[in-house]
Amino acid sequence: MANHLLRRIFQSALILLGVSFITFFLLFVLPADPVRQIAGRSATPQTVANIREQLGLDQPFVVQYGRYLIGLFQGDLGRSYLQKTDVSTLIAARLPASLLLMGAGIICELVIGLAMGLVAALWRGRVIDKTLMMTSFVTVSAPQFVVSLLLLYFFAVKLGWFPIGGYGTFSHLVLPALTLGILGSGWYARMMRSSMIEVMRADYVRTARAKGLSRARVVLRHAVPNAILPIIAMIGIDIGIFMGGIVVVEGVFGWPGIGQLAWQAIQRVDIPIIMGVTLVSACAIILGNLLADFITPFIDPRIRIR
Amino acid sequence: MKRLLISTALVMALGAPAFAQDYTPDPNAKSGGGIVVTYKDDVATLDPAIGYDWQNWSMIKSLFDGLMDYVPGTTELRPGLAESYEISEDGMTFTFHLRAGVKFHNGREMTADDVKYSLDRVTTPATQSPGAGFFGSIMGYDAMADGSAASLEGVTVVDPLTVQIKLSRPDATFLHVMALNFASVVAKESVAEAGDDFGHHPVGTGAFKLGEWTIGQRLVFEKNADYWRAGLPYLDTVTFEVGQEPIVALLRLQNGEVDVPGDGIPPAKFTEVMADPEQAARVVEGGQLQTGYITLNVTNPPLDNVDVRKAINMAINKDRITQIINGRAVPATQPLPPSMPGYTDGYAGYAYDIDGAKALLAGAGLADGFDTELFVMNTDPNPRIAQAIQQDLAAIGVRASIQSLAQANVIEAGGAGTAPMIWSGGMAWIADFPDPSNFYGPILGCDGAVEGGWNWSKYCNEDLDAEATAADSMTDPAKVGDRMAMWSDVYMEVMEDAPWVPVFNEQRYTMKSKRMGGADNLYVDPVSIPVNYDYVFVTE
Repeated sequence: MANHLLRRIFQSALILLGVSFITFFLLFVLPADPVRQIAGRSATPQTVANIREQLGLDQPFVVQYGRYLIGLFQGDLGRSYLQKTDVSTLIAARLPASLLLMGAGIICELVIGLAMGLVAALWRGRVIDKTLMMTSFVTVSAPQFVVSLLLLYFFAVKLGWFPIGGYGTFSHLVLPALTLGILGSGWYARMMRSSMIEVMRADYVRTARAKGLSRARVVLRHAVPNAILPIIAMIGIDIGIFMGGIVVVEGVFGWPGIGQLAWQAIQRVDIPIIMGVTLVSACAIILGNLLADFITPFIDPRIRIR
Repeated sequence: MKRLLISTALVMALGAPAFAQDYTPDPNAKSGGGIVVTYKDDVATLDPAIGYDWQNWSMIKSLFDGLMDYVPGTTELRPGLAESYEISEDGMTFTFHLRAGVKFHNGREMTADDVKYSLDRVTTPATQSPGAGFFGSIMGYDAMADGSAASLEGVTVVDPLTVQIKLSRPDATFLHVMALNFASVVAKESVAEAGDDFGHHPVGTGAFKLGEWTIGQRLVFEKNADYWRAGLPYLDTVTFEVGQEPIVALLRLQNGEVDVPGDGIPPAKFTEVMADPEQAARVVEGGQLQTGYITLNVTNPPLDNVDVRKAINMAINKDRITQIINGRAVPATQPLPPSMPGYTDGYAGYAYDIDGAKALLAGAGLADGFDTELFVMNTDPNPRIAQAIQQDLAAIGVRASIQSLAQANVIEAGGAGTAPMIWSGGMAWIADFPDPSNFYGPILGCDGAVEGGWNWSKYCNEDLDAEATAADSMTDPAKVGDRMAMWSDVYMEVMEDAPWVPVFNEQRYTMKSKRMGGADNLYVDPVSIPVNYDYVFVTE
């Protein structure tokens, strides 16, 4: 177990290193100059050259990347070019909001998605199945912007049940979390449906039914826990997405998450922030997967960590 | 009328020590209360030496003061921290007399040392100020820029309330430069205390001081009770909520939660808002010192042929493009916007004339047209405008493929000179100060035509550069009229060479809540965008 953990941590570090290299390289070859963004439109060529030199952006790729890595190993994510603040401070300020929305979003996704998938699987081929699968198709393809705005418009503006965006209380959290839940539920519904259908065909389910257990008990006690197994891995990926990529939902609900920070940084080629956010979301994906790895054996005794 | 006002202002401002007429505050203005302003983008910094975004520009104006200032709602210069000033006969030495008893937010009195420190700070390369180049006419600037000096030679503290600034060349725009945010006076000890983080802990002499700043969420400006302009500001607080989509800001405004949506009315909602008399009544319209244009790269064949560039000028249907943005602009005839001094009245520009354009192309041996590329920033409405341009060009046989990219990539392509044509929307030039020279150097002059410069046409006419320099050397207030005539001439010459297609001048539309008071021009202030926070008030 300890060995396995060490190996996984080592692998994760390698993955992070790879992510940092690829991202840094892509930003290096990108045909957009961060110095231009800092210097602005009125700068003289001399100002531009000064800034380039001060930030070390006149150095070759290897030197720039090497410097970044050295900082990284010392726990230094660098300073934002435009905000002139430590990237770690900027990310830390937005982390609580991102974590909260991530947690709430995943719970909503699971509740909505798993329920839809379960019902669809149990009534496979019926109208309800087709309706639910159609719905899941719509939700996975619905644009974030439209769903967010629709929910905001009806529940906040028209009905006044929730505040029109913002951050702070539970009622601020409901609509953005629900939006994420609806948008992501389709994937879970589809996976849950196929997983359930497969499990329901399994021998142990037939055995359970043969020994006279009620349908409800068979489904809830034997089928569902097994059907959920492959889905746990998906949560790990969602964690990563939610830590860096829910720009639109954050924007509509005025949620001060990391996505907004990343989006603005990308617009202005603020490389240290882009790197920082990428690494944080990569860490989140890795942690999420690690967590999934360690939880699975507790749910499914067949899987043992060697 | 507005032109007249501006030139009068210039005459008066330059005619030291006479001053432009100051602002008469609204007699009905009430003190107290607070307003909420929203923005989509987070505020990057409030350091006046660094801030150059359009949302922090007016915030910084309210936190800091410079020696010069503008009469609210106008482009007229008025004295700021300087009570008065004198200009030497040769126009090369400015002596500013500071107001006594002006206090920084930290309670200390502001002196001439702070003025000198602030100018040294903004021009030191270590500050990385995007505005350093504006101070190029101050003696000793070059030594600062190349790092060989630690202090501007031309700036002298005569006594605690007098500062003298010597120039190395005549500069008719110098008083405007001293009114730029970059020339704001900062408290030295507060900069030292905050270190690199002054942008998050700003200390100035302005009407408001920074109360709270929760990164990514909100900033609260609190009234500076010791503000040196008596009775100002009216508001106790201004709360900026950031990270909000313009469309949500509008919904919140309609719900009474927001007073000013800083990013304006979203294009998709514009028609709806204007169709509702109640809402339309709360929209203030004003001009802005902005021009939207297409750059034609004069180094890129066949655009190196002036006839081809003229043909393209004649092919663009500007009225249709204006309609695409719901008429929120007026078609442009020349580089300068109409409210800028030096604008040439009565010049009609290139008329929309497809046959004439085709004839010009045929004369250039391009009767079959040619293939080219049009670069455009990828946010609405710019790609739609690019499509309209593409169709207009197709009508004369020019086949343009659209390259729709992120802003930074378009700027890069423009600077590198690899883009044959660029639609400037989203990156268009907005004047830093109301003077025609600000529309020339970086975007049409030889200085900007270098690798990485903002002159995306790569147009460089040495004769015009000389004329521009000559115009800016005319510091005699009595010759403002001549100076403006020279600038008008420069831009007419530019139109003859046709490196640009001037397309439109965007209008500004600011919406406000019912309870907001103050003259309309405070809401379309040409300098404090979107709102002059120091002078507006709430009526309830």
